[in-house]
Amino acid sequence: MVLGGLLGAVIIAGLYFPILKQRVKQTAKLQPQSEEQARRELTQSLTANPTEARVNAKLFWASNAHDGSLTPVTVELPLSNEPVLRAKQVLNTLLAGPADPELRTLPPDAVLLAFYLLPDGTGIADFSEAMASSIPSGIESEQRAVDSITRTLAANVPQITRLKILIHGQEVETLGGHLDLTGSFVVNPRAAQAASSAQPDLLTSSSILLEPPSPGAAIDTREHLPANLREYRQQI
Amino acid sequence: MLLKVRNRDDKQRRWMMQNSIGYACFALFFCAAIFLTVSGQSSAQAPTTQNPPASVAPQSANPQTPNAVFSDSPRPRPGLNIVVLDPAHGGTDTGARGTGGIRESEIVLQFALQVRRALEAQGFQVIQTRMANENPSFDDRSAMANAQVGAVFVSLHVSSTGRPGTVRVYVNSDLPPTSGGREASGLIPWDRAQAPFLFLSHKLGDFVQGNLAVRFRGSPGSAQAAAIRQLRTTAAPAIAVEISSVSVNDRLDLDRLVPGVAEAIARGVTDFRPSYVVAGSPGGLR
Repeated sequence: MVLGGLLGAVIIAGLYFPILKQRVKQTAKLQPQSEEQARRELTQSLTANPTEARVNAKLFWASNAHDGSLTPVTVELPLSNEPVLRAKQVLNTLLAGPADPELRTLPPDAVLLAFYLLPDGTGIADFSEAMASSIPSGIESEQRAVDSITRTLAANVPQITRLKILIHGQEVETLGGHLDLTGSFVVNPRAAQAASSAQPDLLTSSSILLEPPSPGAAIDTREHLPANLREYRQQI
Repeated sequence: MLLKVRNRDDKQRRWMMQNSIGYACFALFFCAAIFLTVSGQSSAQAPTTQNPPASVAPQSANPQTPNAVFSDSPRPRPGLNIVVLDPAHGGTDTGARGTGGIRESEIVLQFALQVRRALEAQGFQVIQTRMANENPSFDDRSAMANAQVGAVFVSLHVSSTGRPGTVRVYVNSDLPPTSGGREASGLIPWDRAQAPFLFLSHKLGDFVQGNLAVRFRGSPGSAQAAAIRQLRTTAAPAIAVEISSVSVNDRLDLDRLVPGVAEAIARGVTDFRPSYVVAGSPGGLR
């Protein structure tokens, strides 16, 4: 009786095995979609907007010389006239990368999560964690990444004067261990200078003051530095 | 009967007196022992607090950075005497990592030794921000330089990218100007401590980069500006030197660069020396 039951179970298992194998194969084909991939799909849909007129956008990727410099590449894109949307469109195209992946300036898995524009012309770009974690560590590579973003924005969105970079909604100390992300980067130097002279410097209120180690022997830069720096210090 | 009682009281009194004298002697002895112990300890500590070792510069003691390392060097002269050498990263922060297993944090520590020797040969006192696989914070490293008088700060890096065999020098990019008033007091905001030294940093950077460009073809001719976190809070002429790169297949390719890099840094700092003047030093104000 028992043996008969076991034999029946083995026969049923043998018949079910090919069906089970087929189902496992089907499941393996459906890769789980990560949160960032979902975001990328949502944000990249902004790039392709067939209702907008196609214009020549200038994007900055690494040059073929591999010397850390950037080369402008003209790409025809349907860009919005609205600055925030336009900034998102050009940054998403920049993130998508050039035809030659060797000339990328930003990590392939990084995603632009949000972009804001403040009334003073400061743009705030919020990138996913991959922007900080996947970027090659080094002053040159980090500086090139930020340069490619700021120069691309300067060439295509003139309303942006400065750029603040956030990582997943947070201010972080550095991009990949070197480049300072606590401040903002100049996008449009002339406009940024005009804006900074018109508004008081807000950062000073939270500054920690550093006392020179020995007042008697400290460097008196006000008296002994060259004239151009003295002028600069008089301005401040 | 009465006499017996008196005798017994006398005995008790004598016994009590003897005991109290004993207790008093013991208490006196105990107090004396404590006093001698305390005074002995304080006299033993006195030389270390009052007379620091001759190899440590008097202004260099920084209680927040116990891992500071000071080199043996002759008595400092007025002007630029100290180089604060900063092997970047360390601890859990490995920095750039090559496919061949090369780690920036390990390499820069070994490179720092050769740079240090080259600088000491030029008569500089060298302070290293770390000597082992540890990771002081950006502020701790800056604090070591900010506690010095007559010092420059040199941060050592190896990049992930760039043409192998080239070396670049960076200075901090322009910092937002500080508002008036505070600077008039002689105090510098910590988060922009580099601002007053930017001109000197550029000058130091150009001297070092010029020396590197002669030795390493393809390297830039002058220092470049970048928003480097480490340099921003450093109240001294400060540069970052970055060698390309951890992507080399053989570690020896990087090791071969180091003597030239060390020599170029030492020469660059020496060339910069006359440009760096401490107020009150004889004859040198410019």
